[in-house]
Amino acid sequence: MSLSLYIMTLFGLAVFSYFLGLKRIRSVVAQQVTAQQRLVPTVPTETGQAPISPTDTTETGHAPISPTDTKQHSVDHFHGLFLALYVFLPPMLLIIIWQACAPFVTNYLLETQLVTIFGTLSQGALNIQIAQVKAVYNGSLAAHMVSEQTTLGVAYYARIQQTFSIILPVIATSFAVVGFMFAYRRIALRFPARRHIEKIAIWFMIAASVIAILATLGIILSLIFETLRFFGKVPISEFLFGLHWSPQIAIREGQAGGAGAFGAIPLLVGTFMITLIAMFVAVPIGLMSAIYLSEYATQNIRDFVKPAIEILAGIPTVVYGFFAALWVAPFMRDMGAALGLTLSSESALAAGMVMGIMIIPIISSLSDDVINAVPQSLRDGAAALGATKSETVKQVILPAALPGIMSAILLAISRAIGETMIVVMAAGVAANLTANPFEAVTTVTVQIVVLLTGDQEFDSAKTLAAFALGLLLFFMTLALNILALRIVRKYSENYE
Amino acid sequence: MTETDKTVKTHKTPEAEDRVKIKARRVNVFYGAAQALFDIDLDMRLNQVTALIGPSGCGKSTFLRCLNRMNDVIDGCRVEGDIYMDNQNVYDETLDVVELRARIGMVFQKPNPFPKSIYDNVAYGPRIHGMTQNKEQLDHIVKKSLRRAGLWDEVKDRLSDTGSGLSGGQQQRLCIARAIAVNPEVLLMDEPCSALDPVATAVIENLIHELRQRYTIVIVTHSMHQAARVSQKTAYFHLGELIEYGDTSDIFTRPQHEQTEAYISGKIG
Repeated sequence: MSLSLYIMTLFGLAVFSYFLGLKRIRSVVAQQVTAQQRLVPTVPTETGQAPISPTDTTETGHAPISPTDTKQHSVDHFHGLFLALYVFLPPMLLIIIWQACAPFVTNYLLETQLVTIFGTLSQGALNIQIAQVKAVYNGSLAAHMVSEQTTLGVAYYARIQQTFSIILPVIATSFAVVGFMFAYRRIALRFPARRHIEKIAIWFMIAASVIAILATLGIILSLIFETLRFFGKVPISEFLFGLHWSPQIAIREGQAGGAGAFGAIPLLVGTFMITLIAMFVAVPIGLMSAIYLSEYATQNIRDFVKPAIEILAGIPTVVYGFFAALWVAPFMRDMGAALGLTLSSESALAAGMVMGIMIIPIISSLSDDVINAVPQSLRDGAAALGATKSETVKQVILPAALPGIMSAILLAISRAIGETMIVVMAAGVAANLTANPFEAVTTVTVQIVVLLTGDQEFDSAKTLAAFALGLLLFFMTLALNILALRIVRKYSENYE
Repeated sequence: MTETDKTVKTHKTPEAEDRVKIKARRVNVFYGAAQALFDIDLDMRLNQVTALIGPSGCGKSTFLRCLNRMNDVIDGCRVEGDIYMDNQNVYDETLDVVELRARIGMVFQKPNPFPKSIYDNVAYGPRIHGMTQNKEQLDHIVKKSLRRAGLWDEVKDRLSDTGSGLSGGQQQRLCIARAIAVNPEVLLMDEPCSALDPVATAVIENLIHELRQRYTIVIVTHSMHQAARVSQKTAYFHLGELIEYGDTSDIFTRPQHEQTEAYISGKIG
C-alpha cells in the first residue's frame, strides 16, 4: 500500500518537474534574447538598411545550420517532458527491478538467519519454518502457535521488511533527484529534447511488443513442456490416432473402466463437425446480409441493421449456450419425435446451429467492410457496361473482395473451433466417434474444461492431457491463421 | 457494322456528319438541394467527337454521366429534363437502363480494369449480354476489340494475365477495349487521359480519331489542347451552365463569349 502511495507521489513530482522544465527553458530563451539585444546595436548600418540580427533568420524561415545557431531546437513542451521523464523513470525502473528480486533476497536472508537460530535443518524443515515465519508475519497464524525460536525468526523477518520499506524509497528518491539534476542541467536553447523524447517513446513501444512476445512464448513453452510430460505417460501415436477417448484414471486398484484412453480423434471429429455445421449456418447468412447491407440497403436501413447485427457479437457465449440447451435442442428433439425419430436433446446440430448464429456478425461485419473497400470505380465500370446489380456483385465485387471474405471466414472458423460454452451446454461431453449430427459429440475445448475442473492432481495423465489438447488446438488455429494471412497476401493487390 | 471502316472516312456523306445522335433538352441536375446543371441544351452528332470543357466543378462530368444515367446510382441525385438518343427518351420510365448502358459505353478518368484476366475483362460485357454462342465468337470479339483499342500486339501473348498488371496507359486502352466489346453506339469518356503520361495520352488520342469513324464520342477533358486536337465540336461549361457551343475550330479561334475566351486563354480555370 505504501508503495503505491510512493509511486503516486513520484508521479506528482514528475508533473511538477514538467512545469519546472517549462519554466527553465523559457528563462533560458529569455536570457538568450537579452544577450543578443546587448550584442547587436539597433543603429542603422552604413548602407542604411535595417540591422540584421541573428534572430531574423528564423523569420525568413531559412535558419542556418551552424553551431552558432540561436534558434530554439525543441518546443517548450519537450523540455518539460524530458525533465519529467528523467524524474519518473529511474526510480520506477528501480522499483520494478526491486519487486522482482526482493523475494529472493529476503528469503535468502531469512534462511541464513533461521540456520543460525536452529543450527542445521533439513530442507523440508527449513521450508516449514520459512512458511511459519511468513504466516505469523502476515497475521494468518497466531504468534503463540509457534515455537520461541520461530518467533525470533519472525522478529528478524519483520526487521528485514521494515528496513527494506525504508531503504527502497530513499534510494528511489535519490535516483529521482539525480535524474532531475542531470536533466535540468542539460536543458538549453539548442538541447534536442524532442529527439530524446522520441527515443524514449520508441523504447516504450519496444518494451510493449517484447512483453507481448514473451507472454506468447511463455504460454507456448509451458504447453510444450507439459505436453512432453504427457507423452511420457501416453504414447504420441495413441493420442494422435486413437479412436477412443475416455480419460478416466483409476483412483483405486482394479476399478472398472479406469484404464484410460487418450485418442483425440473423436474430439477432432466432433470439433470439425460442429464447426462445419456452424459455417453452413453462418457463411450464407453472414455473406448475404453483408452484400445486402453494402450494395442494396439505403443509408437509413444500413444505419439501423448493421448495429443490430453487431449486437449479436456482444451477447456472452454462455447465453448462447443456454439458448441452445433450453430452446433449440428440445425443439429439435420434439421435431424429431413428430417425425417418429428418437433424438437426443444434446446434439451436434443444435450446438452447431447456435454457434453459427453467434458467428454471423463476424462474417457479416468483416465482409461488409471488405466489400465496401472495393473501389467504386469497379462498380461504375460494370454498370457502364450494362451489368445489372447482381451481375456486378457476383462477377466483379465478390471476386475482388474474395481474399477479405476468405480471411473473415477463416477467422470465424478459428472462433468456432475455440468456442466451448455452447458445446458444453448443447452438445454434451460424451466423446462419440460419429458422423451423425443428431448424436451427442464433444470438442477439444470442452474436454479441456472437463479435464481441468474440480480437484485434480497435476501430474496424472488425465490433467496433462489437457495441455496436449491445448497444444493441438493451438496448432490448428495457428495453421488457419497462417492460411488466412497467405490468402490475403496473395490476392490483396488485385485491384489498385 | 461492316468491316469496311477504313474506307468510311472518304465516303462519308455530309448528312451523316450532321445527324444528331444524342439530344439534351433543358437538363437540370440537383445533388440534394444544390443545383449542379442549369437548363442544358446540347446536341451530340454521329461520328463526331464532342468535347466538354470548363473549370473544375462546372458540371461537365455530371452532364456526361446523365447521358447513360450513371447518376442514378448516386444517392440524392435528381435529373430533370429530357435526353434523347435516336429520338428515344433516355429518361423514359419504361426504358431499361441496363440496355441503355449496353448501347452507351463509358471510359472513366482512372483506369478501372476488373480484377480479372485481360481476356475476361474484355469478354465481360459480351458474356453478360449473351452476345456470343461459342468460344470462337467470343475470342473473335475479344481480339477485334483489343485490336481496335490498339492493345492487341502488346497483350496477345498474355491474355490470361491480370489486367491490373498493365501500365496505366495500357489499362486505359484495356478499358476502352472492354467498352467497345459490347458494340456500343456512343462512347463517353470522362477525362480518359488525366492519369496518363504524354506518350500514352497521344496513343489514346490517336485511338479516339480511329474510333470516331464508328462511334459517337463525348469526351470530358481538362486539357484544352486535347479538346482542340481530338474534337469537332466543343461545349464550354461554367458553374453548371452551358456558356458556348460550336465547332471546335471556331471556339478556339473566335470564341463568342468572353468567359470562354478567358478560359481558353488561361485567364480563369
